[in-house]
Amino acid sequence: MSSNAHRRIKSVSYAKYGYFFILPFFLVYFFFQLWPLINTFIVSFHGNGKDVAEWMGLQNYKDILFGGEGRKVRVIHESFFRCLGNTFILWIGNFIPQLALSLSLAVWFTEAQLKIPGKGFFKVVMYLPNIITAASVAVLFLQLCGQSETNPGAVNLILHKFGIVSKDVIGQGLYDTVKLVEGKWESRIVIMFIQTWMWFGNTMIMLMSGIQGINPSLFEAASIDGASSGQVFRKITLPLLTPIMAYTLITSMIGGLQMFDIPFLYNKDMNVRDHIKTVAVMIYQYFHAQANENKMGYAGAASVLLFFVTLTLGLIAFYMTRDKDEIAKKKMRKKAAKEAKLESRQFGGIRL
Amino acid sequence: MSNNMKSVYGKAKDNYTLKIKLKSGILFLWFVILTIICLLPIYILIINATRSHTDISNGLSFVPSTYLKSNFNKVLNEPAFKFAFNIFHGYKNSLFITCCSTFLTVFFSALTAYGIHVYDFKLKEVSYTVILLVMMVPMQVTSAGFVAFMADLKLTNTYWPLIIPAVAAPAVVYFMRSYMKSSFPLDIVEAARIDGCGEFRTFLSIAIPMMKPAIAVQAIFAFIASWNNFYNPNMILINVPLTKKTLPMMVSSLQSSDKFNDYGTIYLAIALSIIPIIIAYVALSRFIIAGVALGGVKE
Repeated sequence: MSSNAHRRIKSVSYAKYGYFFILPFFLVYFFFQLWPLINTFIVSFHGNGKDVAEWMGLQNYKDILFGGEGRKVRVIHESFFRCLGNTFILWIGNFIPQLALSLSLAVWFTEAQLKIPGKGFFKVVMYLPNIITAASVAVLFLQLCGQSETNPGAVNLILHKFGIVSKDVIGQGLYDTVKLVEGKWESRIVIMFIQTWMWFGNTMIMLMSGIQGINPSLFEAASIDGASSGQVFRKITLPLLTPIMAYTLITSMIGGLQMFDIPFLYNKDMNVRDHIKTVAVMIYQYFHAQANENKMGYAGAASVLLFFVTLTLGLIAFYMTRDKDEIAKKKMRKKAAKEAKLESRQFGGIRL
Repeated sequence: MSNNMKSVYGKAKDNYTLKIKLKSGILFLWFVILTIICLLPIYILIINATRSHTDISNGLSFVPSTYLKSNFNKVLNEPAFKFAFNIFHGYKNSLFITCCSTFLTVFFSALTAYGIHVYDFKLKEVSYTVILLVMMVPMQVTSAGFVAFMADLKLTNTYWPLIIPAVAAPAVVYFMRSYMKSSFPLDIVEAARIDGCGEFRTFLSIAIPMMKPAIAVQAIFAFIASWNNFYNPNMILINVPLTKKTLPMMVSSLQSSDKFNDYGTIYLAIALSIIPIIIAYVALSRFIIAGVALGGVKE
C-alpha cells in the first residue's frame, strides 16, 4: 500500500518535467510543420489565381486527377501526370544502378578474406559526392555537360577525344555535340547519373552496416562447409539483408518523390524542360508564379496527393523498422498487468 | 602417402590464395576506377577554375594553369557577379543560418529525447510514436501551406522561417533516444536528484556531456543538411537583396548563360562554394562515415 502511494507521489512530482522538456519540440512542430500541412489541405480546397479566397471543394483534385473541360484544366491534368512519370523514371533510373553498385561494393568491402589496401580511403571518397551542395552539383554538371557548338563542356570534349563527337573542320571548327542539356533522354540520363553519383556511397555504407550486423558465425559456418562467395551472397547475405534493403528502397523512394534541386537547376535559361520536370518542381512553380497567375489551389492539391503517397511509403518503412524487442516487452508488461489484476481480484481486491 | 597429401593440399592452398589475390587485384582496380569517377568532376572543376576562358574553350586539360588570381578578381569585381554572386556575403549568411539551426536542432532534440527517456508521463508513448510517424513527412509536401502561412505572418524574406523550424527535428530525436536507451542509465538521474541537482541542471551538466558522441554526429549532419539546403531559402527569401542571399541561392544564379559567359570564373565560383564543405569533410570523414552507418541518415 505504502509503496503504491509513494510511487504516485513520485510520478506527480516529476511527470511535469517530462511535458516541460518536450514542449518546445511540439510547439515548434505544431506551428512550423503541422499547421503548414493542415494549411496545405485548406489551400487545396480553394481556388487559383484571383479566386484564391474562394471555396472550391474537391474541384482541384478532380481537375488534376481526371482533367475536364477547357484547355487550361487539361494542361494541368496532363502536366501533373507527366511530372509524376518523370519523377518515377528519374528515380528508377538512379535507384537500380545505385542499389546494384552499392550492394556489390558493400559485399566486397565486408568480405574478410579479400586483402584490398586502402578500404577506408575508398569509403571516404565514395561518400564524398553526397555531402556536396546539390545546387552546386547541378550547376557544375551543367557546365561540364555544356553542349555549345563553339565551346562545349568537358564531357563533350572527352567524347571528342574518343572520336564519338566529331569536329567539323571546314565549317569554322564547330563541334557536333551531344545534346546533354536539351535532349530528352540525354538530359534524363545525366540527371540519373548525378543522383547515382551522389547517393551510392550513402547506400553502400548503410548496407555495409547491415551486413556487419549479420551474425559472423553464419559466414564462418558457410566457409567451413566450403561455400563459394556467390553461394554465401545468395543464401546468407541477401535474405538477411532484405529488411534493410527494403528500408533503403522506401527512404530512397520518399527522397525521389522530393527530387527538386537538380532537375530545377539543370538548364541554361531558368526554364525547366518538360521531360525532366518533377512533381516537386511543378508544385514550386505553381505557387511561385506571379500574383494573378499563381495556381495555389493546384499546388496544394498536388502536395496533398504527394503527401498521401509519402505517408503510405513511410508507414511501410515504420512497420518494417519498429523495435521488435520493445513490442515484445510491451506485450509482456500487459500480460503481467493482467495477471496482477486477476490476482488482486482473488484476494478481494486487496493488494498485498 | 603424407608426401602425396602434402602435394595435393599444398596445391589447393596455392590455388586458393592465388584466386583470392586475383580477385583482390581486380576489385582494387574497379575501386580505383570508381574513385576516379567520383573525383573527376571535382578535379576538372578545380583545374578549370585556374584556367582562362580561352584555355577552356581550346580543350580539356588535367594540369592547372595560372589564371586563378585573375579569375578570382573577376569573381569579385565583374558587374555580372556583383549583381548575383558575392562569395563573402554567401559564406556569412549561410554560416549564420546553419550555425543557429544546427545549435537549435541538437539542443532541442537532446532535450526532447531526454524528456521522453527519463520521465514517466501519460503521453510519453504517444508522443514518441507521433515523432516516429512524422519523421518521414518531407518538407516539400508542406511547403505550399508553409509559404502561405509565413506570408500571413509577414515572415517571408526573413531568416526566422529558416532557423526556428530546426527546433523540431524528429529524425534527430529518434537517433538521440536510441542512443540514450543504450548508454544513459537512469540511476545517474536518481543520484543527481539525491544530491539536490535541479532537473534542468541535470540535463545540462550530466546528460549533455554524456551524450557528446551522439550530439557530435548529429551536429555534423544537421550542419551539412542546412548548409546544402536550397529549397527552403529559395522559397522563403523571395525577393531579398544579394547581401541576404544564402550560398546555394547565389550558386543557382550562375546557371543562366546569358549573364555569365566567362567559363573560368564560373568554375571558380562553383569551386568556392564547395571547397569549405570538402575541407570540413576531409577533416571529419571518420565521424561522418561512422554516423551514416549508425543512423541511416538519409536526407
